Amino acid sequence: MKDDVESREDRTAGLKGLGCARRRVEDLRFTQGKGNYVDDIKLPGMLHGDFVRSPYAHARIKSIDASAALALDGVVAVLTAEDLAPLGLHWMPTLAGDKQMVLADGKVLFQGQEVAFVVARDRYVAADAVELVEVEYEDLPVITDPFESLKSDVVLREDLEPGADGAHGPRKHHNHIFTWEVGDKETTEQVLEEAEVVAEEMVYYHRTHPCPLETCGAVASMDKVNGKLTIYGTFQAPHAVRTVVSLLSGIEEHNIRVISPDIGGGFGNKVGVYPGYVCSVVASIVTGKPVKWVEDRMENLMSTAFARDYWMQGKIAATREGKITGLWCHTTADHGGFDACADPTKFPAGFMNICTGSYDIPVAYLAVDGVYTNKAPGGVSYRCSFRVTEAIYFIERMIEVLAIKLNVDAAELRRINFIRKDQFPYQSALGWEYDSGDYHTAWDKALAAVDYKGLREEQAQRVEDFKAGKTRKLMGVGLTFFTEIVGAGPVKNCDILGLGMFDSCEIRIHPTGSAIARLGTISQGQGHATTFAQILASEIGLPADSITIEEGDTDTAPYGLGTYGSRSTPVAGAATAMAGRKIRAKAQMIAAYLLEVHDDDVEFDIDRFVVKGAPERFKTMKEIAFAAYNQAIPGIEPGLEAVSYYDPPNMTYPFGAYVCVMDIDVDTGVPEIRRFYALDDCGTRINPMIIEGQVHGGLTEALAVALGQEIAYDDLGNVKTGTLMDFFLPTAWETPNYETDHTVTPSPHHPIGAKGVGESPHVGGVPCFSNAVNDAFRAFGLTHTQMPHDHWRIWKTANRLGLHG
Amino acid sequence: MIPAPFEYYRPREMAAVLALLAEHGDEARVMAGGHSLIPMMKLRMAEVPHLIDLQDVEGLSGITVSGGEIRLGAMVTQAEIIDSKELAQAAPILREAALQIADPQVRAMGTVGGNVANGDPGNDMPGLMQCLGARFTLVGPEGEREVAARDFYEAAYMTERDDDEVLTAVAFAVPEGGYAYEKQKRKIGDYATAAAAVQIRREGASCAAASIAMTNLSDTPVWSEAAAEALVGTELGPEAIEAAVTAMLAEIDPSEDNRGPVEFKRHAAVVILRRAIARAWSRA
Amino acid sequence: MPDKMHVKLTVNGEAQEFLAEPRELLIYALRERLNLTGPHVGCDTSHCGACTVIVDGKTVKSCTLFVAQANGAEITTIEGLGSPDDLSPLQRAFREHHGLQCGFCTPGMITRATKLLEENPTPTEEEVRFGMAGNLCRCTGYQNIVKSILAAAAEINAAKEAAE
Repeated sequence: MKDDVESREDRTAGLKGLGCARRRVEDLRFTQGKGNYVDDIKLPGMLHGDFVRSPYAHARIKSIDASAALALDGVVAVLTAEDLAPLGLHWMPTLAGDKQMVLADGKVLFQGQEVAFVVARDRYVAADAVELVEVEYEDLPVITDPFESLKSDVVLREDLEPGADGAHGPRKHHNHIFTWEVGDKETTEQVLEEAEVVAEEMVYYHRTHPCPLETCGAVASMDKVNGKLTIYGTFQAPHAVRTVVSLLSGIEEHNIRVISPDIGGGFGNKVGVYPGYVCSVVASIVTGKPVKWVEDRMENLMSTAFARDYWMQGKIAATREGKITGLWCHTTADHGGFDACADPTKFPAGFMNICTGSYDIPVAYLAVDGVYTNKAPGGVSYRCSFRVTEAIYFIERMIEVLAIKLNVDAAELRRINFIRKDQFPYQSALGWEYDSGDYHTAWDKALAAVDYKGLREEQAQRVEDFKAGKTRKLMGVGLTFFTEIVGAGPVKNCDILGLGMFDSCEIRIHPTGSAIARLGTISQGQGHATTFAQILASEIGLPADSITIEEGDTDTAPYGLGTYGSRSTPVAGAATAMAGRKIRAKAQMIAAYLLEVHDDDVEFDIDRFVVKGAPERFKTMKEIAFAAYNQAIPGIEPGLEAVSYYDPPNMTYPFGAYVCVMDIDVDTGVPEIRRFYALDDCGTRINPMIIEGQVHGGLTEALAVALGQEIAYDDLGNVKTGTLMDFFLPTAWETPNYETDHTVTPSPHHPIGAKGVGESPHVGGVPCFSNAVNDAFRAFGLTHTQMPHDHWRIWKTANRLGLHG
Repeated sequence: MIPAPFEYYRPREMAAVLALLAEHGDEARVMAGGHSLIPMMKLRMAEVPHLIDLQDVEGLSGITVSGGEIRLGAMVTQAEIIDSKELAQAAPILREAALQIADPQVRAMGTVGGNVANGDPGNDMPGLMQCLGARFTLVGPEGEREVAARDFYEAAYMTERDDDEVLTAVAFAVPEGGYAYEKQKRKIGDYATAAAAVQIRREGASCAAASIAMTNLSDTPVWSEAAAEALVGTELGPEAIEAAVTAMLAEIDPSEDNRGPVEFKRHAAVVILRRAIARAWSRA
Repeated sequence: MPDKMHVKLTVNGEAQEFLAEPRELLIYALRERLNLTGPHVGCDTSHCGACTVIVDGKTVKSCTLFVAQANGAEITTIEGLGSPDDLSPLQRAFREHHGLQCGFCTPGMITRATKLLEENPTPTEEEVRFGMAGNLCRCTGYQNIVKSILAAAAEINAAKEAAE
């Protein structure tokens, strides 16, 4: 009997459960080119859809003539708003309570907006037909600046009733969307008035885009014989898509099957519902044939959901000794032509109210005004929980600005303001309950790891050398301490389109002791098939290698809200553990029966139940699984299955301490990252290999955003960064090596204490890179310079400071 | 992204290429590696009803170094330039420049002929060829002629080459002395914010000859005779370099784009040029 | 409409023949005619390298190559670099060192890396980063990709030495 001689360590290791750097099960397919992404799907008789898009950012549509396109051999249909109107599908609701045109209804509001949908035999004919659709436009004045927009007489959204409330209350102007206020305005303003020191800054977080390597797409297939609609698509939330499609189309939900196959990266880009999805569904219903739509990169950057574009006016009050006494923020949020932000319903600016960061700030006030402009709609959380990266960028810049005002060290300023370990659970001034944290320990560990004091000495020497003409390179030390808020979330305050943000896991143990578990989430590269099996392995004592994880098929998986906002581990991971515990509870009864003892007389031990005090008497989980199917046990149903729908009691609050050391060539504006240290505390660590990989990736996306990645528009609303020549995605050559580290502060309310990690490096990374750039110029009088810190903007900063002689 | 339909030809002889060009006029274009043309066709910014692929045409390949002369067939790829030991010996500036063009896969397809012929101000080879005083061989219905690289570029995408001509080779004398190809760009795969090609021949302590050209700072490459002359006869002291830089600044005319405003580009041009001169001089 | 042309390719060792419009891009011929969906379209403008395949011994971006240009060529895709029973050292190393996440860039990465190690069997980290700069990855931050390639190089070289 192998089980008898195996040590407890070997038995634990054999499970490959929590804490194991288990190699990924996904990789065998992916490394052989056997992934199955949306564009890989080929159905018999499949047609191809392609859009006619507006070259104008703001224009009235005088006419659309599709006759030449329809005359082209192989063109099946050309859909316009007129065709969709009878079905009520020419507009669709957005996740933010607004509505958005599926196809241009009388006018266009941004460059690249969908005007007509061509359906043809293949992608070649479709592309040719797009060129043949003649659209007559009458151009209208273009507004690309949100501040201008609020003053302009030009009405962008003529469909909205003047003076009527929006989804989030009163609108102050015809181009205004909402005002969202949190905190205590009166007290905060009083604190600011009476403060010994107040630092102020306008912090702009520029518009960018998640740009996953796979663009968005869908294949819709209406089977008119069986009345069933199947949609394959790049969906980060397949179940929600099914519900939305049912509500919009009137097709009963059981007749709709949504499948998210492999997804080539999401980063928030694949949360929203896009006109391409709707049009391919309609086209399939109209033609009775499968219809594929896959956008190209230019379409992806121009028309699918952008991220950020927040103008954050900040004031921070402190004592002369540096104790922060209050924080004030007014944000002007540029939402583009439609409010299609992807946030929980009650949070029109997401969790921007986490902007007090990691600091014990007694009073705070935040107001956000959403504004329409002639830019693409969106406002998704690009590798972060809802607007958290904006909030943390804001506070981590404001802390630096305050340090400059007080003329103190920014690391020390952070330390004296951190929420102390004994203050958790901590009620923030803007309404959150931070579940756990140990910021001082993490900070000290980080500063020691990089020899912070030594870095500052080196930097001071560099400044001297620069002034003496011995070097033309400055050195910046970027610091960041961030706290995230992830794992949305409690159903009592988080929903999307009315759907509570719980998540789910359903487990079936097979007679031979292997299993399948299905979840309501969907991996886009995070490795769910690997890590969720690890959670289960530890919970139910079967090897992770014997557990299949399946997600993304709404016909088989239990309902869930999907993967974004680092919610998979906090919510679906918790559901997995809870479902596992249900399995274990039943297994305990089976084991007790088999061992002929009372239920309470057996206990779980790694991979088996043992009789208390008699470890030689046991039943392995494998034996128990078989017994569940072949024994008639009184009072116990056959089989071994469980399902859990988990509604988390709170969010989780991962945190981290990052340090970036950067050299900046003052003459060319070229930054060089010499060192990057990242300490993350994501609570219990499920798979350290995957955590490290997530950190590397998030930091690289942060580097991109901080140092140049931007969706830029000219005054006419033309997108200036529509290809990967101009939209900055760093290559291996521009990317440094990162040092990773960690502390472990488990979440007290999560079943296994895990907090989520995928987005931390992005949330912490962006301010860290930006702070390094800003810090390099601090000795020369710089307080703040806006991102993105591309070469010319860094050069301009140096130039403004008189560093070019 | 799908290009408009076209007729495709892959002739084996130049005569056939010329006949096709004569037959279809400006509806026909020749293509070497295609890495400038195909993206433009996919974006439907270039329409080419008749596409003539040069890959099988005889006599367009090969690198030869003999008698103090270097000849590159138009179809020589950037990758071949990088891999050529002979060329690395005879004209190392070519390898240094080619390594800074695009990325490995693009360099496997991108050719020297394509790079110099289409007149894209972002391409690196035109400025380099001006620096080297190269001559381009053009073959057309009237036969063969040579045009100096320094006379070839008229404006963005406008060159001395007639529509019915094909650029078949570039040739130049084996350069002497120190060299540098210096390029500032935002990332791998980007065009230059500013780039400089410099060759300097040194005799004793002073500069005997110099040639300087810059890239992507005007709608054509900028070869500045005055900048080179400012160095010749000097020991490349600060005054001489300043004079060279001033001369170059008078000739460049950058325009604003995503790489930055004009004032930045003029400044970057100065910095890159100074670095290129310093490095070339250190190797002279 | 121009005539379709007769295209002959040898793909992963198998002869293929079909009629195609000359404008058909090689990536779509591979993906849609031959069902070799390993290489992907990521950017359409030859920047991302997700479509990388080997054509007559060169790694090229097949989104920027007409099938007409490739007519007569010998082509290898990710599907031809290893088999389920015999993964290539790079395929194994990418898994072992977590050199991939969403998997979308991976076929192009491994294909390019295969060629890189043929050109330079003992690359430094810097040479790997430079040699892989034509392939974008949005997930990994490249650190583990570099690690995977260096590990595969070491394995290939050790195997070679052992064989000698």
